[in-house]
Amino acid sequence: MIAARDVTKRYGARDALRSVSFSAPAGERLAVIGPNGAGKTTLLSILAGIVEPTSGSVEGAGIGWVPQQPAVYGKLSVRENLLLFARLEKVGDARGAVDRALEQTGLAERAGDELSTLSGGNRQRVNIAIGLLADPPVLLLDEPSSALDPRHRQRVWTFLDRLASEGTTIVFATHDLAEAARHADRVLVLADGELLFGGTPGELETAVGESGDPVDFEAAFVAYLKERGH
Amino acid sequence: MRWLLLKDLQILRRSPLLVALLVAYPIFVSLLIGFAISGGPDKPRVAFYNGVPAGESTFTVGGEERDASTFADQLFDAVEPLRVSSRAAAIEKVESGEALGALIVPPDAAEKLRSSLSLAGAPERPAIEVIYNGEDPVKRRFVESTIEARLAEANQALSGEITKIGADYLDILLEGGTIDLFLREFDVLGLERSEQILREEAARLPEGPRRDQLERVAQFAGIAVDNLDLSDAILASIGQPVVVKQTVLDGADTALDSFAVAVAVTVSLMFVTVLLAAGMLALEREEHAFGRLVRGLVSRLALLAEKVLLAALCAFVLGVVMVAALSAFVGIAWSQAPLWLLALALGALAFGGLGVAVGGLAREVRAASLLAFLLSLPIAFLALVPSGTVATTLYDVIQAISAAFPFKPTLEALDRTLNDTGQAVAGPLLHLVALAAAYLAIARLALRRFG
Repeated sequence: MIAARDVTKRYGARDALRSVSFSAPAGERLAVIGPNGAGKTTLLSILAGIVEPTSGSVEGAGIGWVPQQPAVYGKLSVRENLLLFARLEKVGDARGAVDRALEQTGLAERAGDELSTLSGGNRQRVNIAIGLLADPPVLLLDEPSSALDPRHRQRVWTFLDRLASEGTTIVFATHDLAEAARHADRVLVLADGELLFGGTPGELETAVGESGDPVDFEAAFVAYLKERGH
Repeated sequence: MRWLLLKDLQILRRSPLLVALLVAYPIFVSLLIGFAISGGPDKPRVAFYNGVPAGESTFTVGGEERDASTFADQLFDAVEPLRVSSRAAAIEKVESGEALGALIVPPDAAEKLRSSLSLAGAPERPAIEVIYNGEDPVKRRFVESTIEARLAEANQALSGEITKIGADYLDILLEGGTIDLFLREFDVLGLERSEQILREEAARLPEGPRRDQLERVAQFAGIAVDNLDLSDAILASIGQPVVVKQTVLDGADTALDSFAVAVAVTVSLMFVTVLLAAGMLALEREEHAFGRLVRGLVSRLALLAEKVLLAALCAFVLGVVMVAALSAFVGIAWSQAPLWLLALALGALAFGGLGVAVGGLAREVRAASLLAFLLSLPIAFLALVPSGTVATTLYDVIQAISAAFPFKPTLEALDRTLNDTGQAVAGPLLHLVALAAAYLAIARLALRRFG
């Protein structure tokens, strides 16, 4: 599980996050949604331990991290990238973990290819594979499907859904409301660093529906944010 | 850290063009700087027209024959003569740029020289004409000073000959002997013997006006002997009024070629280390791997240390290869090898520190490389500004700036050890250790600010 308590982050005079609290138990898929600049990446960066919060705390151990941009080395092969991070993660059987991650993400056939020769979608799969190397109980993903085509997106979500069913907590940030509704058990809505909503996709749909056209969920969501001053 | 180091070496191995440029460019630049420092231009080509008819370049001084062409040979040690057949041809060579200057010896030069040395009538001194090409002020100045210096040497050599012959004459006048004049040999009594004879003759005469007169002549001869005895020294003073005594106070008397080796190696060390450290750190950001690495996989300080180590290692190997290669042409103090290897290592580490500080400020490899490059050249040039060439206050400022960067202490340490100047090397080495630590701290701060 993972939990955040009163997490606040200030950059100078600007509040990137204001007293955000939530928790996600094992096996839950939690979507963090919100407009650009809402604080989604900042929240995930704090949960991942990359950024220190100004105040508040995070609880959780063995957190895997998949950044928005593929954090991989273009001059190394897929296998070399995975092996490097497996060694840095001090994974017991590094080569075994790499083979497993390659299998999980369907990259076994491209293992010897240099990263710079892969498509954006395949790079993102390597990015996700690296996050899985240490077999983390919590996996954080910052817009994991933004660079993928529908076929690869479907493949990634099938894989992440299976991980969650096996007990891994999945926390992901996304712009795609439909994706959040389809793949999240619970949704957090952030706007201007403020946590506006926390509940199931159905509850969000109900709350948003009261703000606008229930048929056009996206338009209703924008109206929902506007009503709350965002 | 070892996995990161291996990863970076793997990336470098797969970037042959980058590595080739990184190695070739600094070597090229450093050799250029080395050559520029260690020597002036090659022998400049000077058109030379000698109008003096063949066989008439000799002249006689005190009965001894000399050939003016021997004095011209001194000049040709410093310039490459393009012999031409007329004054017009010499000027044409200068105008076309084929020669940087022209030296024209008029047909009557030897005749005028003979006339002026004969001391008869109203002698006219010979004039040698020099024509310069002003297209390149630096080369013009070099040619001008070279020709002037060599002509001065020739004049001095000629004057020395005349002085020596004059001194020989005075010796004969003083002590007696034989001289050749008008193809005849004359026996000269000499003042010393004249005085002696006069005094003996005066002693034989009775007291009286005749004896007094003879004693006065003997007294005059004695005064002349006493004063002419100093003539050799006086003539030597006229020939060379000021004698130069050279003493090196601050620094060492390293030969320019040897100093150029230290400069070339330091410049290469700087370029490779700063560019590599800055570029490889910026690459972590450009590949978005930085965030992934520093979230518990490796500390920021360890990441910086790895980049410093990688860059220093590569530059150190390059530095050793350069020293070994250059030692084929210039003498290197192999007995000091442990010390200059230490100087190379510490210099590389300090430059590596500077590199990561630069890389910490930039987010992209291109920006980091450009920043590193823009910073490196002025640092090198500032450190090479010699004292006395700028105002004292400005020189003090330059010294202070140079002390804040690793170039100067690295150059000092390498010069003192590679050339075994006998100067203490502990100061520059400690300076480098301090700079490496300071730049690592600055880089760590830069990562906090921008990371």
